[in-house]
Amino acid sequence: MKNFEYAAPTTESEALQLLGDSSVSTEILAGGTDLVGLMKKMIVTPDRVVNILGIPSLRTLERRVDGQLWIGAAVTLDTLLDSPYLAGYDAVTQAIRGINSMQFQCQGTIGGEICQRPQCWFFRGGRGLLGEGGQAAANGDNRYHAIFGNDGPAKFVHSSRIAPALIALGAAVRVIGGAAGRGPDGADGEVGERLVPIAEFFQTPRHERQRETILAPNQLVTHIVLPSPAGIANATYEVRHGEGPDYPLAAASAALRMDGERVADARIVMGQVAPTPWNTVAAAALLRGRSIDETVAEAAGQAAVADATPLSQNAYKVQLAKVAVKRAILAAAGHPTGGF
Amino acid sequence: MTESTIKGPGDPGFSRRDFLRGSGAVAAATALQTHAAAANQEGQAAGPAIVRGETTITLQVNGESKKVTVEPRTTLLEVLRTQLDLTGAKPISHDGSSGGSTVMIDGKPMSASTLLAVALVGKKIQTVESLGGPKPDAVVKAFVEHDALQCGFCTPGFVMAVRAFLDKHPQATEAEIRGGLNGNICRCGTYANIIQAAIAVVKGGK
Repeated sequence: MKNFEYAAPTTESEALQLLGDSSVSTEILAGGTDLVGLMKKMIVTPDRVVNILGIPSLRTLERRVDGQLWIGAAVTLDTLLDSPYLAGYDAVTQAIRGINSMQFQCQGTIGGEICQRPQCWFFRGGRGLLGEGGQAAANGDNRYHAIFGNDGPAKFVHSSRIAPALIALGAAVRVIGGAAGRGPDGADGEVGERLVPIAEFFQTPRHERQRETILAPNQLVTHIVLPSPAGIANATYEVRHGEGPDYPLAAASAALRMDGERVADARIVMGQVAPTPWNTVAAAALLRGRSIDETVAEAAGQAAVADATPLSQNAYKVQLAKVAVKRAILAAAGHPTGGF
Repeated sequence: MTESTIKGPGDPGFSRRDFLRGSGAVAAATALQTHAAAANQEGQAAGPAIVRGETTITLQVNGESKKVTVEPRTTLLEVLRTQLDLTGAKPISHDGSSGGSTVMIDGKPMSASTLLAVALVGKKIQTVESLGGPKPDAVVKAFVEHDALQCGFCTPGFVMAVRAFLDKHPQATEAEIRGGLNGNICRCGTYANIIQAAIAVVKGGK
């Protein structure tokens, strides 16, 4: 590991002060389950590491009067699972359970989970985030790479397991610092803050200077904000190799606003298939106005993958993504999914 | 921890650990002292303190206060193994994916290999060594009775994982135990006996 300087701020503004020093490259440390491994391999080599675990406001769980759930970015996943606050957010609960390692759950935080770097073996092997401008994956072993959104240099899949559920449920992230917005008194230079719809938080990097989120180096995610789950049937389904802590091959989260037996509105988001979580409008459109049964869910799965563009070795993931969508919809509606 | 008592034939008084302590460890300790003299602890006039270079911190390990000298990049696993002679936690995966370096921090199972030591001041750190001694923990006894190890390299991580899981779920079923231990990997494939050991602990009520 390259050595770095270390600081553990105790307030949000202290954290921004440490992150805002443009003379040093910085990384934000929370649980460390991803960052420390990347630093050991010298894939990530910051000058300064800012540990946010000691900031009390980032470790809170709060249900607001309007029904919103505010989850501090540094809340660990096991704390979330053990709390009563996830009731109704089945898609999130199932995604966290899927992580399948109590060590990762106890150590890892929800902010870190959504900001984790890709598992792409070209990236982790030191060939750059895009793997030589996408050539490594295009010409090499791309069995776990993207089947959507892979026309640019980014061929990796976004690794977050919780993000698809958060997007399906319409969550936002509270971002502070940088150009996040003006301060409360409207003055520049204050601790700006902004609520970003989480679907807009992720981006597909076009070159090596970009990352997988819109977060600037001097910005920090402080909270994940979930709207009330009232009236929203939701679920996550992951297609996995086996039972270990490996990442799934394909996943989907479904959120259905029901009007009696029929779907009034739906949002279906696939995971592990594209450089960002992948919202499938076609599947959602197909569900509207219909009641859920196996045939409808199957058709939605088909619609979700109709425009997939698999690489040379990952066409098998198209079928897995289809099944994930189908089963996430069935699970959300309370039907048996088949399989396990 | 107890010293390794495995000795080769015709090699009565000498353990592998004695050898290691006699050679590399001394050189490393000397190097640490040298750098410590040059440690750079600039407290900034305004804003939070920034730790640069080596610093001496106190960690609470197995109920004792231990002074150690670390850099920001030093992991807990490195401190345990090279400074405190607690070599139970193993460097297997480096990224925590094996569970081989599982320790408990404030009672929760975590991977020492992905924790920075400097971030753990004030936390209660518990290693597998705390479960040994003359009166070993029920999990340790159950591992022995159920032959729950082959090469033994993953064993300390599994022992800690079983202990942590059963502390939280003392009435766990076999299926729950299997789920709870998913974060640990045994390449010998001794899972069946590990699960039996854990079930025995549940039945024994400890």
